[in-house]
Amino acid sequence: MEDNVVLKMQGICMTFPGVKALEDVDFTLKKGEIRALMGENGAGKSTLIKCLTGVNKFEAGEIYLDGCDAPVINKSTMDAQNKGISTVYQEVNLCPNLSVAENLFIGREPLTRMGTVNRREMNQRAVQLMKQLDLEIDVTQNLEDYSLALQQMIAIARAVDMESKVLILDEPTSSLDDKEVAKLFGMMRRLRDKGVGIIFVTHFLEQVYAVCDGITVLRNGTLVGEYQIEELPRVKLVAAMMGKDFDDLAAIKQEGSGDKQKEELVIEAKGLSHAGTIKPFNLDIHKGEVIGLTGLLGSGRSELARAIYGADRAQTGTLKVKGNEVKIKNPIDAMKLGMGMLPDDRKAEGIIGDLSVRENIILAIQAKQGILKKIPMAKQCEIADKFIELLQIKCASRETLIRQLSGGNQQKVILARWLATNPDFLILDEPTRGIDIGTKTEIQKLVLKLANEGTSLIFISSEIEEMLRTCNRMAVLRDGTKVGEIEGHEMNQMNVMKVIAGGEQNE
Amino acid sequence: MSSIRSLTKKRLFLPIFSMLLVMLINVIYDVACGNPPLGFFVITIKNAVLYGRLIDVLNRGSEIAILAIGMTLVVSSSAGTDISVGSVMSLYAGVCCMTLAGFGEVNVSQYANPLLLGIGAGLLVTCICGLFNGFLVAYMNIQPMVATLILWSAGRAIGLLLCNSQIVYVRVPSFQKLGAYTGFMPTPIIVAAICIAIAAVILRFTALGTYIQSVGINKKASRIAGFNSAKIILLCYVICGLCAGLAGMVATSRIYSADTNNIGLNMELDAILAVALGGNSLGGGKFNLAGSIIGAYTIQAITTTLYSMGVSSAQAPVFKAVVVIIIVVIQAEPVKEYFKKVSSKRAAVKEATKA
Ligand SMILES: Nc1ncnc2c1ncn2[C@@H]1O[C@H](COP(=O)(O)OP(=O)(O)OP(=O)(O)O)[C@@H](O)[C@H]1O
Ligand SMILES: [Mg+2]
Repeated sequence: MEDNVVLKMQGICMTFPGVKALEDVDFTLKKGEIRALMGENGAGKSTLIKCLTGVNKFEAGEIYLDGCDAPVINKSTMDAQNKGISTVYQEVNLCPNLSVAENLFIGREPLTRMGTVNRREMNQRAVQLMKQLDLEIDVTQNLEDYSLALQQMIAIARAVDMESKVLILDEPTSSLDDKEVAKLFGMMRRLRDKGVGIIFVTHFLEQVYAVCDGITVLRNGTLVGEYQIEELPRVKLVAAMMGKDFDDLAAIKQEGSGDKQKEELVIEAKGLSHAGTIKPFNLDIHKGEVIGLTGLLGSGRSELARAIYGADRAQTGTLKVKGNEVKIKNPIDAMKLGMGMLPDDRKAEGIIGDLSVRENIILAIQAKQGILKKIPMAKQCEIADKFIELLQIKCASRETLIRQLSGGNQQKVILARWLATNPDFLILDEPTRGIDIGTKTEIQKLVLKLANEGTSLIFISSEIEEMLRTCNRMAVLRDGTKVGEIEGHEMNQMNVMKVIAGGEQNE
Repeated sequence: MSSIRSLTKKRLFLPIFSMLLVMLINVIYDVACGNPPLGFFVITIKNAVLYGRLIDVLNRGSEIAILAIGMTLVVSSSAGTDISVGSVMSLYAGVCCMTLAGFGEVNVSQYANPLLLGIGAGLLVTCICGLFNGFLVAYMNIQPMVATLILWSAGRAIGLLLCNSQIVYVRVPSFQKLGAYTGFMPTPIIVAAICIAIAAVILRFTALGTYIQSVGINKKASRIAGFNSAKIILLCYVICGLCAGLAGMVATSRIYSADTNNIGLNMELDAILAVALGGNSLGGGKFNLAGSIIGAYTIQAITTTLYSMGVSSAQAPVFKAVVVIIIVVIQAEPVKEYFKKVSSKRAAVKEATKA
C-alpha cells in the first residue's frame, strides 16, 4: 500500500434482498485527509461505511488498513474500533437511558483498582470532553433528556475522543446549527493535522467546500469517481451525483404572491407554554402562509411547534383554530382539527421501523379514520404507490420495511404520511434533514405549492437560506422565548442572523 | 431446492415445522411399538362422540389456544408478558362457581343464579383484572412482568378466599356442557374455534393489528402519528384478561368445579411459550396470531404424546422441556445462519461439479 494511504477499499460488492446496494466500489483515504463521500439518497454511502465497520457483510472486495498486512474484515463494530476506526452513524445509536457520561465511555470506562467503574473520573473526563466542544451540560443526565442535535454532538465527541486512525462521520451535521458546525469543523481540522483520515458524508455542499480535501462520488451503488476538491466545482459535483445537470440554487419563490396576512386566521396561539421548554408565546398564522421558526440550537423552535400540535401538552394559554377555541391534549386531537407534524427526530419519533413503507404512509390517515374503519388494502396500495411516485421514494417495493430504506428515503416516507392526510396546517420540523440536494429543491417547491393551495405551514430548518426561500414570515426564538418576527424586505441572511444572535428586538 | 428455501422463509414455516416434528415423533413411536403407524391421526366415534389422540390435542389445547390470543397481543403492544393469566383463570373459577352455587354452598346440583350471570360475573372480574394490569403498564409505566406479578400471586389467593379454601362443585349438566360435548364434538374445541374466529375477523376487518404493532414497535412515533399508545396497550391487557376468563370458563366446566388451587396452574408459561413457538419476538412489535395458535396446539401435542407414551405426569415436564429446547434452538438465528451457510456451500459444490 502506498505510504500515506490509511485506508483502501477495492471492488466492494454488497447486495440486500432485491437491491444491489454496492457494485465494485473503490475508496481511498489518505492520512491527514478529509474526504467527502457524496451521492443522492440511496446511493450507498451509509452501506459502504457499514461494510467498513463490520455492520454489513459484503460479498466481494478487499479492505486494506494502514498497519495491517493482510486485508481486514471487521466482524463487528467493536472489532473496527479496536483497529482504529471510529464512527458516528447517520442515526444516533447511543443508549437513550444511560447518562451522557456513560454513553461517552461505553466499552472503555475508566476503572477503579477494584475493577469497578470509576464514576467520578468518568464524569470528570466527560465534563472536560464536553468543554472542548463548548457544551455546558449535566453529564449525569440521561441522554434522552437532550435534543437530537445535542445527542449528535455527544456521539461526535465520543468518536473523536477515541484516538483513531480513521474517523467516519455519516451526516453528522444534519441537525446542527452553523455554530455547532463551526465547532465540529475546528475539531476535524485539528484531527487532520494530527494525521487522522476523515470520511465525511453530508448533503450540504457548502460544508464540503469548507473543510474537505477530496470528494468521492457514488451513484446508484457504483463509483462515479474520486476527485480532488479543486477538480470539482459545485455545478460539476451536482452533475456527478445526479447524472444530469441541475441548478439547485435557482430561485423558486415567486415574488408578490399576494399578501397572506389578509387571509383568514388559521392558528391563533395566546400565551401557550410548556414548562421547561418554551415560555408563553403568541403566534398567528394565516391561511396559506409559511411561517419559519428560527433560532439557535435549544432556543425552543421545535418546542414551540410541539406545544401547538400537542406533542408536548401546553400548560398555559389558549389556542384558537379557525376562530374556535380548542383544547389539544394529544396529537390525535390536533390531527382531527386538520393539523399534522413531521418531527425532527426521524428514528425516535418518525418511523415505525418494522412496518412496511405502505403501512408507514397510511398510518396517519388510519389514525384519523379510527380503529374501526380500516382502509381497504387496494386503497392503501394506491395511496402508497402515489407517494412513492410523487416523492421518488427509492425502495424495492411498497412492502419493503422502512428501516431498510436509506436515511433520506425514510424521511420522504414520513413526509408522505402527512401529505396523505391533506392537512390544513402542517408543521415541518427539519423536513429536508438528510435529503439530497435535488430532492431538497423539490420539497421546497412542494411547500410553496401547498401554501398556494391554501395550506398553512410552519417550517423549521437550521438552514436559514432554505427558510428564506420558502417562508413569508419568520419568528425568532431565543432561550425558549419568542423574541420577534421578521417579514417582507427585512428577511435576509444578515438580518436574521442579527436577530438570532440577540442584537436587536423587533417587538 | 430453491422452492424449499423460499418455503423456509415463510413466516409460518417454523411453527408448522415444529408441529410436524411432534407428529413425526408420534409416528416413529407407534411404528416402534408395533401400533398402526398413523395412530395419532385416527379419529373414531365411541359412545357417539369423537375420539382419538388428535381430537384430544385439539380438546385439551383449547385453553392454551385461547390464552395465546390475548398473550400475543400483550407481547406485541407492550414488549412484555402477562404472567397473571393462569391465576386469573382460577379467579374466574371462584367467582363463577360461587355465583352459581349461591355464596356459602360448596356442592350444589341446582343453580342459585342463572348460568349466564355466573359466566358474566366471572368474565367481568377477569376483564377488570386486565384493566388493572393494563393500567399499571400503560399509565404507570411499570414493567409488564412486575405489574402482572401482583395478580399472579393475588388472583389465585382471592379465588381461594372467595371459596373459603374449598373446592366448590356445580353439578348441573348445562354447566358441565361447556367442558364436555356438543353433539359428537368436544365443546372446548368449538369455544376455542369461535374465539379464534372472532379474533381473526377483528384483526382482518379493523385496523387493530396495525395499531397494536405500531405501538409495540415505536410508542413515541405512534403517538405523534395519532395513536393513543396508552389506550391501545390498556386494550390489549383487557383482551388478555377476557381471554384468561374464557380459558377459565372452559377449564372450570371441564371439572364442573372451582378447584382454585389447580385451575390454570402454570398455564401462563404455556401461553408465553405458545407465542414464542409461533415465531413471535417477545421483544414486541410484529405479531403472527396464526403462529401462536399453532404453537399452542404444538405444546398440547407434546404433552398428549408424552402421556400416551406412558410418561407419568410428574416426569412429563422434563421431557417437555427437552422437546421445547430442541424446537427453540432450531428457530434460533445462529442455527438458521449455519444451515443457510451449509446449504449455500452445497449449492456451490454442486455448481462446481457440474462445470
Ligand atoms: N438493511 C437493509 N436492507 C435492505 N436494503 C437496504 C438496507 N440498508 C440499505 N438498503 C438499501 O441500500 C441502498 C443504499 O442505501 P444507503 O443507506 O447506503 O444509502 P445512502 O447513500 O446512505 O443514502 P442517504 O443519503 O439517504 O442516507 C438503498 O437502496 C437502500 O434501500
Ligand atoms: Mg445514509
